[in-house]
Amino acid sequence: MSELTDLGIAAIRDGVAKGDFTATEVAQAFNAAVAEANPALNAFIVTTPDHALAAAQRVDAARAAGQPLGKLAGVPIGMKDLFATKGVQTTAASHILEGFVPPYESTVSQRLWDAGAGMLGKLNLDQFAMGSSNETSAFGNVISPWRAAGDNAGRAPGGSSGGSSAAVAARIAAAATGTDTGGSIRQPAAFTGISGIKPTYGRCSRWGIVAFASSLDQAGPMARDVTDCAIMLEAMAGFDAKDSTSLDLPVPAWSAQLSDDLKGLKVGIPREYRIDGLNADVAKSWDDGIAWLKDAGAQVVDISLPHTRYALPTYYIIAPAEASSNLARYDGVRYGLRDLPEGAGLQDMYAATRAAGFGSEVKRRIMIGTYVLSAGFYDAYYTQAQKVRTLIARDFEEAFRQVDVILTPTAPSAAFVLGQKSDDPLEMYLNDVFSVPASLAGLPAMSVPAGLDRQGLPLGLHLIGRPFDEQGVLNAGLAIERRAAFTARPEKWW
Amino acid sequence: MSSYRIQGATGEWEVVIGLEVHAQISTQAKLFSGAATAFGAEPNTQVSLVDAAMPGMLPVPNAECIRQAVRTGIAIGAVINPWSRFDRKNYFYADLPQGYQISQLYHPLVGEGAVTITPDDKKPDETKVIGVERIHVEQDAGKLMHDQHPTMSYVDLNRSGVALMEIVSKPDMRSPAEAGAYLAKLRTILRYVGSCDGNMDQGSMRADVNVSVRRPGEPFGTRTETKNVNSVRFVMATVEYEASRQVDVLEAGGKIVQETRLFDPDTGTTRSMRSKEDAHDYRYFPDPDLLPLVLQPAFIEECRASLPELPDAKRARYETALGLSAYNAGVLTAEAETARWFERLIAESARRQGKTEAEVARAASNWLTSELFGALNKLGRTLSDSPVSPEAGAELLALVGDGTISGSIAKQVLEKMLESGDAPGVIVEREGLKQTSDTGAIEAAVDAVLAANADKVEQYRAGKEALFGFFVGQTMKAMQGKGNPQLVNQVIKARLG
Repeated sequence: MSELTDLGIAAIRDGVAKGDFTATEVAQAFNAAVAEANPALNAFIVTTPDHALAAAQRVDAARAAGQPLGKLAGVPIGMKDLFATKGVQTTAASHILEGFVPPYESTVSQRLWDAGAGMLGKLNLDQFAMGSSNETSAFGNVISPWRAAGDNAGRAPGGSSGGSSAAVAARIAAAATGTDTGGSIRQPAAFTGISGIKPTYGRCSRWGIVAFASSLDQAGPMARDVTDCAIMLEAMAGFDAKDSTSLDLPVPAWSAQLSDDLKGLKVGIPREYRIDGLNADVAKSWDDGIAWLKDAGAQVVDISLPHTRYALPTYYIIAPAEASSNLARYDGVRYGLRDLPEGAGLQDMYAATRAAGFGSEVKRRIMIGTYVLSAGFYDAYYTQAQKVRTLIARDFEEAFRQVDVILTPTAPSAAFVLGQKSDDPLEMYLNDVFSVPASLAGLPAMSVPAGLDRQGLPLGLHLIGRPFDEQGVLNAGLAIERRAAFTARPEKWW
Repeated sequence: MSSYRIQGATGEWEVVIGLEVHAQISTQAKLFSGAATAFGAEPNTQVSLVDAAMPGMLPVPNAECIRQAVRTGIAIGAVINPWSRFDRKNYFYADLPQGYQISQLYHPLVGEGAVTITPDDKKPDETKVIGVERIHVEQDAGKLMHDQHPTMSYVDLNRSGVALMEIVSKPDMRSPAEAGAYLAKLRTILRYVGSCDGNMDQGSMRADVNVSVRRPGEPFGTRTETKNVNSVRFVMATVEYEASRQVDVLEAGGKIVQETRLFDPDTGTTRSMRSKEDAHDYRYFPDPDLLPLVLQPAFIEECRASLPELPDAKRARYETALGLSAYNAGVLTAEAETARWFERLIAESARRQGKTEAEVARAASNWLTSELFGALNKLGRTLSDSPVSPEAGAELLALVGDGTISGSIAKQVLEKMLESGDAPGVIVEREGLKQTSDTGAIEAAVDAVLAANADKVEQYRAGKEALFGFFVGQTMKAMQGKGNPQLVNQVIKARLG
């Protein structure tokens, strides 16, 4: 038998259920792997081996007592540090929340614990989920387990869910939670050769997730493969009365209905995504994806999403606008950092606290957001952006009259070297060019590994589905996964 | 129609007033959280994670708050918007945990309506219609406490997130009396509807007073806004002070600055708080945590059907169906509780006396407005803590009605009821206050009075008829007020005739 840490969700759950190994053994193996790898990868901000062990012991006890086991019984996962976890520090990777221990548990994490999962620790991320490389974390950047062939330079694990992608790719977590506002699940998944799905907006409750941009934020699973994503999403999703934007729909049995038989399915290839100067390896992997979907029985159709080029500017108005308001609560009054200079008044305390507590990317977005909402600029920016957002959503509606699912690359390149783009915010923002439109439209979208580029770094393919059609996205993802036969994994250097 | 004018050195000025009334919606729970809303609780004991704006917390609208605001809108004949939306009003302050207030700027829940006022109580037939621009729903902020520590301020979040209706009038008022009457009438309506307790001293209702002055017939002048004025009297004082201050400034050649002002109840004056230049840029935008509020027709209909008879309709009914004077009808409908008390009184009176409500209403209304109100007033009490119940009042009225006691004895009985809380029948029995209709006793008393006052009998017979009342009074006195007045009259007339 291979090492326990090589196993994903389905294999662990089934192995525990059959008695091939105990949940406790699995938790111990992962705890050890985390302890060994984290000093090098910096994937976890805090580790919680006791949480993982306690959950595992409950599963073993339940199994011994003959009780039914949950969907994720015995599976140790990493929790992105954007989810509030009761009694465990929750920081959003920001100094302003350093030491903050919530007295409450987010809806999504609670559902995962209820399904029998255990927590290995809180995963690093870009500060307040703002970033594409993990370099904006106040706790140091995550280093991807992947290296280019013949090059030891540290690579970006993607962002903002970079701790999640790195931990799953390095096999130190069986799976991890992510959140996606403009691509924060999909781009890191693509960078690290794993699968990740952002479900339809409203599938997963946002209650207890530190807010970045409320109309875009969605939680989703990041895992070794499509099947694991389906299983984990079933546990995470579901109506929550505490979130007014939560979808009041039953959660389908996605994992049970997985099928890579795409006969009769129409796949759209949007011509606007074939941008000038598209990376040749990325273009080739896209062509591979088209061929695999045809092989699975799908019909490929060229489509147009005419407002695609406006998606990124629209996103960088709406997301910062919401963020500038969402982050106003970090003011030093009730929790988190308080910087109170000698003799300071209230306004001085706000200024000092927020200057010391927020990183520069967070400050940049608060300023952009404040600007686009301010008197005299609101209509030109925010109102206009909302209109364009509607047009982008309409593009997809039109397209989904012709096709069932849309295939694009996930990101314009493979993982870049850390530091390469950190001085140029616009260059960094371009990472989300393919993922942002689906976010603006609230559509389910996932990234699956498609192969390696010529440097030996993973590339992802991106599938976008109709609202509520996670099944269509997962099935197309499974078809690619089976045909890509992606087995590469980072060589252990830590 | 109002003739209120400020006499300046250079001529007459007219005052223009608009009120923004913040009314706390009477619900058990806050607008977007399940926390309680009771007044006077220990600081920070009614605060949920949402109210404290902990990371990741989300607002969920409380349907009962929406329902009460819709009922209020219907009660002032307003347009109910089936599609409305919540916006964030962004600003930093220590009593505002989210860093924004959830309010409704662009699409309020309730549109235009109107309130009919009677600016002068003594002229109950002179009414004026004041337009209401809109009613929207929003969160209240917390409270800062500056007296707890020498160098620091403390924050109490009990009020944070409490549901408010902001009721915005049109600039339709033209005198302090109109502003006062509008606020009082609005409070009456809110209390009838039950959407706000109207307790201004507890902060459940407060007004931002917008005042400007102009030469009659000219366009509106620049206005000032005096914030959080918390009584009808203070609103009137604010208008009075602010109008004459503005006239003084303008007549001295100055300009009115658009600004926010504060009312000082101790001096009856206002002072500047901040000018328009210092005004916040609130960066309003639709709250992305909340979906638009869509009301189904059935919901609006249910709200309509749940409304009680409203003050204007009730007042008209008292005048036409019950035959009350306009004054009494006005007094009895000014507070929902007074009207409720009165209606129990006449229902019970009608039952006891075997008459219709219309037949007993006039006597009951006179007794209530002159006798009971006067007596309670002397005791420093109101109907809500009256020792006399409507049932006891009806029993007393029935004793007068069937001749068991006279009207003047009824006054004594009422006093004893207020003192002891006993039923009037018990008091009459115990104190032997029953009216005497025993002709023999009355004749004996009359004879004794006439015998003792032979000289006056002579004068009467000589034509001084005004002495008749003297004989009645002496007889009643001799009988300790218990003689049936009609019989006493008859006997005296017979003896002297």
